[in-house]
Amino acid sequence: MHRLAHALSAQTTAPLLHAQTIVNGVVAICDPLGSLYLPETGTLVVSDLHLEKGSAFARRGMLLPPYDTLATLRVLEAAIVRHDPKLVISLGDNFHDRVGSAVMPDAFRHMIAAMALGREWVWINGNHDPDGAFGLPGASMDELNHAGLAFRHEPKRGDAVGEIAGHLHPAATVVRRERAVRRACFATDGTRMLMPAFGVTTGGLDLRHRAMTGLFDRSRLVAHMLGRDRIYSVRFANLIA
Amino acid sequence: MCRPAASLPGFSFDGFDLPLFSVNRIDSREPQGDALTLPAPFLRWFGEKGWRPRAHQLELLARAEAGNSTLLIAPTGAGKTLAGFLPSLVDLTRRGRIPPGSAFVGIHTLYISPLKALAVDIERNLMKPVGEMGLPVRIENRTGDTPTAKRQRQKLNPPDILLTTPEQLALLLANGEATRFFKDLRYVVFDELHSLVTSKRGHLLSLGLARLRRLAPSVQTIGLSATVSDPMDLQRWLAPQEPDMNNHAGLVLVEGGANPQISILKTEEHVPWAGHSARYAIADVYAAIKEHGTTLLFVNTRSQAELLFQELWTINDDNLPIALHHGSLDVTQRRKVEAAMAENRLRAVVATSTLDLGIDWGDVDLVVHVGAPKGASRLAQRIGRANHRMDEPSKAILVPANRFEVMECQAALDANYIGAQDTPPVGKGALDVLAQHVLGMACAAPFDPLSLYDEITSASPYRTLAWETFERVIDFVATGGYALKTYERYARIRKTKDGLYRVSNPLVAQQYRLNVGTIVESPMLNVRMVKRNQRGSLGRGGMSLGKVEEYFLEMLSQGDTFMFSGKVLRFEGIRENECLVSQAFTFDPKVPSYAGGKFPLSTYLAQQVRRMLADPARRAALPEQVRDWLSLQKDVSMLPREDELLIETFPRGSRHYMVIYAFEGRLAHQTLGMLLTRRLDRAGLKPLGFVATDYSLAVWALDDLGATFKLKRGALAELFDEDMLGDDLEAWLNESFLLKRTFRNCAVIAGLIDQRHPGKEKTGRQVTVSADLIYDVLHAHEPDHLLLEATRNDAATGLLDIARLGDMLKRIKGHITHRRLDRISPLAVPVMLEIGKEMIQGEAQDFLLSEAADDLIHEAMGGLDVD
Repeated sequence: MHRLAHALSAQTTAPLLHAQTIVNGVVAICDPLGSLYLPETGTLVVSDLHLEKGSAFARRGMLLPPYDTLATLRVLEAAIVRHDPKLVISLGDNFHDRVGSAVMPDAFRHMIAAMALGREWVWINGNHDPDGAFGLPGASMDELNHAGLAFRHEPKRGDAVGEIAGHLHPAATVVRRERAVRRACFATDGTRMLMPAFGVTTGGLDLRHRAMTGLFDRSRLVAHMLGRDRIYSVRFANLIA
Repeated sequence: MCRPAASLPGFSFDGFDLPLFSVNRIDSREPQGDALTLPAPFLRWFGEKGWRPRAHQLELLARAEAGNSTLLIAPTGAGKTLAGFLPSLVDLTRRGRIPPGSAFVGIHTLYISPLKALAVDIERNLMKPVGEMGLPVRIENRTGDTPTAKRQRQKLNPPDILLTTPEQLALLLANGEATRFFKDLRYVVFDELHSLVTSKRGHLLSLGLARLRRLAPSVQTIGLSATVSDPMDLQRWLAPQEPDMNNHAGLVLVEGGANPQISILKTEEHVPWAGHSARYAIADVYAAIKEHGTTLLFVNTRSQAELLFQELWTINDDNLPIALHHGSLDVTQRRKVEAAMAENRLRAVVATSTLDLGIDWGDVDLVVHVGAPKGASRLAQRIGRANHRMDEPSKAILVPANRFEVMECQAALDANYIGAQDTPPVGKGALDVLAQHVLGMACAAPFDPLSLYDEITSASPYRTLAWETFERVIDFVATGGYALKTYERYARIRKTKDGLYRVSNPLVAQQYRLNVGTIVESPMLNVRMVKRNQRGSLGRGGMSLGKVEEYFLEMLSQGDTFMFSGKVLRFEGIRENECLVSQAFTFDPKVPSYAGGKFPLSTYLAQQVRRMLADPARRAALPEQVRDWLSLQKDVSMLPREDELLIETFPRGSRHYMVIYAFEGRLAHQTLGMLLTRRLDRAGLKPLGFVATDYSLAVWALDDLGATFKLKRGALAELFDEDMLGDDLEAWLNESFLLKRTFRNCAVIAGLIDQRHPGKEKTGRQVTVSADLIYDVLHAHEPDHLLLEATRNDAATGLLDIARLGDMLKRIKGHITHRRLDRISPLAVPVMLEIGKEMIQGEAQDFLLSEAADDLIHEAMGGLDVD
C-alpha cells in the first residue's frame, strides 16, 4: 500500500531514507521506492514492473482494474526525478505478458517516452516478456554487462559475482514483540543482488523460500526492506520464515 | 393467519417413527373430514399404516390448491417436509404418468435445500412412501456430485420432482434450455428457509426465484422454516414484490411441541475463569453419554470439536463408539460417521455446525452443547436435533466453558422458556451477487435491461434497488465498471443493435459456470501425515487428515504442536499446497487453536448478560463459583450497571492495559479495537495491539493509558465518541486486512477474480495475494467502484458489525466509568488470556521494522551504512 501512496503523492521529492551497500565493489543505493541507484555510473535499476498486468487478465476474461500501469509508472517517475540517472535499466518482466508492450495505451507510452528523454534506457527481457518491448525508447536485450556488474532477469544458479537480477520478487519478514511484518526487499550478500519487484501489483516470495537456496552466502546476506519512507536493513539471521 | 392446532391431546408416537412422514396415529376424537380430499392412494396408504395427516399438512394443501404461496413455520418433527411435498404429490397423482411419446414436459416441482446431504436424504425418505403408495411420480436429485451423464439425461427427460441446491438452480437457469426445462413448473419448495435467506446464497436464490416466476408465471412457492423472529420477512421473500404493494405469502404456524428440558451442567468441578475447552466437565459429559442412547455434542468451532473428542477418548474406559464430525475433515471420514449414525451404531458424535440442519440421523436422545450457544434461536434449533418427535420433550445439557459462558447459557436458557427469538433479519441484496446473476442471465439468453430490472426488483432483497445502481452493475459485468474505459474490447457482455445484452464469447459462459455460487472458500491446505526418516528428512505420501485454514498455519513455526483430526500433531512445514505434520508425542499441544467463535454473541443474549451482571437478584440464581467470581470483581473493581460501560486500566509486565466491557460480540469489539488503537496512536499513547472476545476488548500500549485518562478530563468520552465511525473508520477500512478479506469474497462472487479457472485450479493462497493488491489499486484510483461499495456494505453488517458498534456508542454516551487498578481484575482475566493472536496494523508496522533494523545498527557490518 505504501508504494501506491507514493504513486498518488504529489510530493515525490519528500525525504526518503535510503541504504547504501556495495555489490562486487560497486556502490549501490537501495531506495524505498524499490529502485537501485549506482551513483558512480549514474545508473538506475528497476525490476519486474509487470506493466499491463490488469489488461493481461482482462484479455482472459478477468477484468482487473486498469490502473496498475499508471500507478507503477508514477512511482518510476518519482525514482527518475530523484536520481536523474544517465541510464535506466529495467530488469525484465517489464510487461506482464508478450503482447503487453504492443497493446499499452498511448498515454502510458508517452509517459515512458518523457521519462526516457535525455537518457539511455535498456529493457532486459524477462520470462513474461521474452520478445522485447515494442514501440518504446531504448534497446531490448537478454543481458547487459555494465560498470562491472551483470544485469539479467533470472539469477544464475550458484556463483554469479556481480550479478544484479530480479525475477524472484524477494520479500522478508521480521518479528518483533510477537508480531510479524513482511515487506519486499533488496537482497545482497555483497557479491550479487536480487531486486524487489517494482510493479504495484506484484507479490513477494520469502527469502527463505527454497527457490532462493544457493544464491547467497547467508552469513553475509542482508535484506534491505522497503518501509514507507525509509529502508530497513536486517541481517538474514534476524529474519524469520 | 391460521394456526391449526398441531398437537391435540391423546397422541402417542410409540412405534411409529418415520423420519420424514411423522404423522399422527388416527385418533377417534379428531375430525377427519379434510383428509378425504386426498386422492385414493394416499387414503389407502394412511389407512394401512393406521395414520392420518396432520391438520397443518392439510391446511397447506388446501392453500396450495387455492393457488396461494405459503410459509410453514413448525418445530422439528412436525412433519414439515411431508407438508411441503403433499401439494406436489397430490397434483402429480391426479395428473398421472406422462404417456411415452408425448411432447416434452418440464419439471413439476423444484425442491431447494441448503445442504447437498439434505437433498440426498430427502430423496431417500421420499422414495419409500411414494413407492409404497405406487404414485406415478419420478423424483431425482441434482447436486455437484451428480454425474454428467445423469445431468444430461435430466435435461432431456426431466423428473417430476427435482431436489437440488441454490448453486445448481443458478446453473440450470443460466442455461439456454432453462425456458423449456422450467415451463411447466408448479411448485418450488424451499427447505430450511430461515437459514438460507440471511446469506448471500439467499440473495442469489431470491434472484433465481424471480427468474423462475418469469419462466413459469403460475408457479407457487412453499417455504419451510424453523421459528424466526420476523416471519413477514420470509413471507415477502416468497412472493413477487411490486412497488407500493404489500405482497407476501400466507403463513401457517404450528406452535412448538413439548418444551425442551434444558439444563446447565451441574458439576462439582471448578469452572475456569477463561478458556474454551470445557475440559473440567469431561467426566460429567462422559457420564451423561453413558446414561443415554445416542448423544449429539455440539461445539462452536472445529478446534473445540477436536479437543473435546480427544478428551473424551482419554477417559473412554468403556470404549464407547464416539465419533467426530466437522467440515474440515476428509469427506470419506465424514460419510463414514454419517452412515454409522444413521444405523445407530454410535453412542456419541462431536460435531460443529455441519450437523446443524435438519438431517435425520438416527435416534438422538440427548444434545450436549459445549460452550455457549451465542444465540437463543441457534440453541433452540440445535436442541431440535434431539428426538425428532415433536410431542416428546427434547433433552439438552448446556456446558459453559468458562464463567462468562455460565451467564450466557443462563440467558439462553431463560430465552428458550419465554420463546424469545434472535434470528438475524433478511438483509439487503448484495451487489456482488447481483453481478453474478446478471452474467448468468446473459449466459442463458440475450436480455433486455429494462425487463431484467423489473424481474430483479420483484425479488424481495432487491426490491429497493435503484435503476442507476443496476446500470452500474451491468457496466461492471460488461467491462469491469471502471471510469477509465480501456476494456471495451475485452467486454464480457455487449449491447447489440436490438438493444439486448449478449455474451461476447462462449468462454465467458464457461467461466461463469465454473465460478457460480456465493460460497468463497477460505484458503485451505491439506494436512498430510509424514514420517521423518533416519537422516531426519521428511518422507512423502502419508495419510491425508483433512484441511486446515491457511491463516491458522501462518501462526505456526516448525516444531509447534497443535490439535487436528483428534490427534496432537507436530507442524513440519508447508510443501506446495500441503501442510506436513508428524505424530507428536505429547498430549499437550503448544498452540491453542481456538480461533474464536464463528457466530458472534447475539444482541439479545448480550443484553441479557449485561442485565444479569447489574441485577443482584439474577446474579443470585447463578452457580456459586460464578457468584464468587463476580463478588470478587465487585470488591476489586466494580460490576457495571446495564447501561454503563466499564473500562478498567492496569499495568502488567512492560505494558499498560485497558479492558472495555462492551458485551457486543467479537466482531463489533474487533472493529472497536481497530478504531481505538488508531485514535490512541494519534494521541501519541503508543498502542501496541488489542484482542477481542464476545464480552470484552483489551487494548495495550507502551504508555500509561490510565494515568492519561485520569489526568485529562473528558479524554475517555472523546476516545469513545461516535465520530470514530466517520473519518477513523474510513481511514482504517482503507488498510484493514479484514476489509481485504471481505473484498476478496466480493471479487470472487462478482466474477472479478476467479475461484477456479478452466483447466487450472487456483489455490486459495494465490487468490488472496492478488485480491489484496487489486484492492489497493482499486481503492487508490477508484474508491467509489461498485465492488468497494459492495465490500463496505458487507463490512457494515458482517465481518465488522459496524451497525452494532454504532448502536453501542450511542448507548454508552455519558455512561462511561473508568476504574484505574494496580493489577488485573477478575473480570479481565478471560480476555487477557486471549492475547497474542491479533495482527498489528499500519503505523506500528513501520515502528517494529525500525526496531528490528536498529538492532543491526549496533552490529559492525562491513559495507553497510544506514543513513
